[in-house]
Amino acid sequence: MNLLWLQAGGCGGCSMSLLCADTPDWHGQLRAADIELLWHPSLSLASGAEVLELLQRCADGRQPLDALCIEGALLRGPHGTGRFHVLAGTGVPMIDWVRRLAARARHVLAVGSCAAWGGVTAAGENPTDACGLQYEDERPGGLLGAEFRSASGLPVINIAGCPTHPNWVLDTLAALAADSLAAADLDALARPRFYADQLVHHGCTRNEYYEFKASAVKPSDLGCLMEHMGCKGTQVHADCNIRLWNGEGSCTRGGYACIACTEPGFQEPGHAFAQTPKVAGIPIGLPTDMPKAWFIALAALSKSATPKRVRDNAEADHLLQKPALRRTRLK
Amino acid sequence: MSRLIVGPFNRVEGDLEVTLDVADGAVRAAHVNAPMYRGFEQILHGKLAHDALVFVPRICGICSVSQSVAGARALADLAGVRPPPNGQHAINLMLATENLADHLTHFYAFFMPDFCRPVYADRPWHGEARRRYLPEHGVQTRQALAARQRAFTLLGTLGGKWPHTQSIEPGGSTRAIDAAERVRLRAKLREWRAFLEQQLFADTLERVSGLDSLAGLWRWHAAQPEAGDLRFFLTLARDTGLAGLGLGPGRCLSYGTYPQPDGTLALPAGVWQQQPGGAQVLALQPEAISEDASRSWLESGPAGAEGAAVALHPWSGLTRPAPDKADAYTWNKAPRWAGQVVETGALARQLVAGQPLVCEAVALHGCSVLTRVLARALELAQVLPLMERWLQAIQPGEAFCVPAPLPDAGRGMGLTEAARGSLGHWVVVQQGRIANYQIVAPTSWNFAPRDAAGVPGALEQALVGAPVRAGEDTPVAVQHVVRSFDPCMVCTVH
Repeated sequence: MNLLWLQAGGCGGCSMSLLCADTPDWHGQLRAADIELLWHPSLSLASGAEVLELLQRCADGRQPLDALCIEGALLRGPHGTGRFHVLAGTGVPMIDWVRRLAARARHVLAVGSCAAWGGVTAAGENPTDACGLQYEDERPGGLLGAEFRSASGLPVINIAGCPTHPNWVLDTLAALAADSLAAADLDALARPRFYADQLVHHGCTRNEYYEFKASAVKPSDLGCLMEHMGCKGTQVHADCNIRLWNGEGSCTRGGYACIACTEPGFQEPGHAFAQTPKVAGIPIGLPTDMPKAWFIALAALSKSATPKRVRDNAEADHLLQKPALRRTRLK
Repeated sequence: MSRLIVGPFNRVEGDLEVTLDVADGAVRAAHVNAPMYRGFEQILHGKLAHDALVFVPRICGICSVSQSVAGARALADLAGVRPPPNGQHAINLMLATENLADHLTHFYAFFMPDFCRPVYADRPWHGEARRRYLPEHGVQTRQALAARQRAFTLLGTLGGKWPHTQSIEPGGSTRAIDAAERVRLRAKLREWRAFLEQQLFADTLERVSGLDSLAGLWRWHAAQPEAGDLRFFLTLARDTGLAGLGLGPGRCLSYGTYPQPDGTLALPAGVWQQQPGGAQVLALQPEAISEDASRSWLESGPAGAEGAAVALHPWSGLTRPAPDKADAYTWNKAPRWAGQVVETGALARQLVAGQPLVCEAVALHGCSVLTRVLARALELAQVLPLMERWLQAIQPGEAFCVPAPLPDAGRGMGLTEAARGSLGHWVVVQQGRIANYQIVAPTSWNFAPRDAAGVPGALEQALVGAPVRAGEDTPVAVQHVVRSFDPCMVCTVH
């Protein structure tokens, strides 16, 4: 399977993240998955005229294109001209290149939340009229339109995340190269289900604090980040605490809230990112698959049963209380 | 005179187009265009002040920690707080990891592959260059990418993830390090040191950072010219004339970086400038910074006494697109220091710090492709041992982060050094919300367009004189010059 990677209106962070894939031989793993890189802006030798020739051949259909990866939002402004992002050396807006290439590609992939939904590039007043390939936040449409299907019959595959995890990208590409990713393997937002069927909450190291509603109240505290610090891990689709980042990390392990970066519209939560919005002292964003009343009842109960150890440690940046040593064997 | 438009440039971060006027086999004038605009300064307008820390790392995926540090420092300045020593050390370790990993990525993945081009097929070293640095197969490039991946596992522990780490707060780092983690991080630093000492330098870091004269450098090279990638680079640089290629403006800026608990900076701040009788280092004056938008697709500041738009200090800076502006040719503004063009980056940091080898090399050759690459390599050798010291200075059990409540109104400045140079954030807050946020990135300095007086930016000056061989539509010398600055265009076009 050959692969063309272009960067639209983003920060390049998904490419840089990709290079952090856990392997001693980055290029070797692509070859092992039968993936041939036609061109990537950070990683290829070809430059200038050589690249333009390649892009032209892909757009004309003279060069078959199996997978088109787009990183970054599609900048439609100003006034629909696309001039906020002109592909260097061509005088042609990137959105026009993407439309032409997508029409030829067997698979089209949105790498990262900017390419999927617009993401951070579409935040605030969205000065560049940024959108995703096939979504604008959670609304289907985007640059290519809700009806778009690539030559394989699949919609744009949204490998959302800000940045996206290197292995979400590599696993998706490897599955496509092996012809083992079908429509049923995508969730309702066209994200690969192998990571989107999990919640960030799963595998979170703060789960004991969560169980007892022993909460962090300030940055660097060890407690659960959900009640006060804006964490959305119980609602957000991604396996960040199971498939770790950069060896052994995740946002919650790093001491900061999950801001839902794999979800459409995460860039405008309507509240301070690091503060949990509440009504009458109760967080609004409770886990979606349990009745709210039950959650509140259980939270009150577990708070009253919180061990001193857990309560004390929750508001410190290192363990103040260690689990007690038992003199007798565990029963 | 003929005109060449070169792009897309690759192996730079983001988008870049260069227009060259060529005559008699050399570049006579260059216009540098950053052809993408994202508008972070507009996006930040009206946001809650603390929310800036979610947005600013996402300006750039290659130096996102640097953006975080500048943003957190601007908010710390606003709040009037300083991180505790553990927080400072942890942040310095994260910033240094990113900066050094950037140098590594730049050398192996962005800069050296150009020597694999067919244009050099007649050179005796060409086969060896291809064996080492061909992007998909080069043995050294592949090892360097693996070393980079391992280096960033430091950030898995220190900051949760990279890029877009959010553990850097005005009051310190949200991720405390315990004693066992400190030991594991030390092992990772040792592993990184081993890669540099075995592959890049074929010598100890201390020997390399201690090189203090050009004669010493070339003696070090001559002893084993094939050993290690830095010596091999020196061989190529001598053969291809990189010492005198790509001369910058002769004035270099560093904000200084890596603050220490005693209030000093591990790498000092200042402005180095070439003088007829020798170089001098001036004190950095942040108030002397301005941005000129006369040749940018952005609204200019108000007209001054003589009718021309004045360049604005970032406190009052403007970022409003004007895509139809006549005579404009880039989305980048033109930052100036005391009205003058400056270059920034590892070379500037080493010159301001007075590193003797770099000072002597620049005195002889000027700020050029060779000296830029050399300064980065020396910084790798110099900063990794500092990281080992900072890690050792961390006291598990003591605070990493202190409370930093933000006032409802005020302003703050955050200066730091990213891998590719000086990065500044200026924030003005009213009623708890951002009334103005201005970002001046390293590549904004280096890849600046002409200003109101018509003076070209640093790269525009450095490209003049670059040779263009017959038939070249993407001249290799131009690529060496551009990449010697290690540009990060996505930062520039924030």
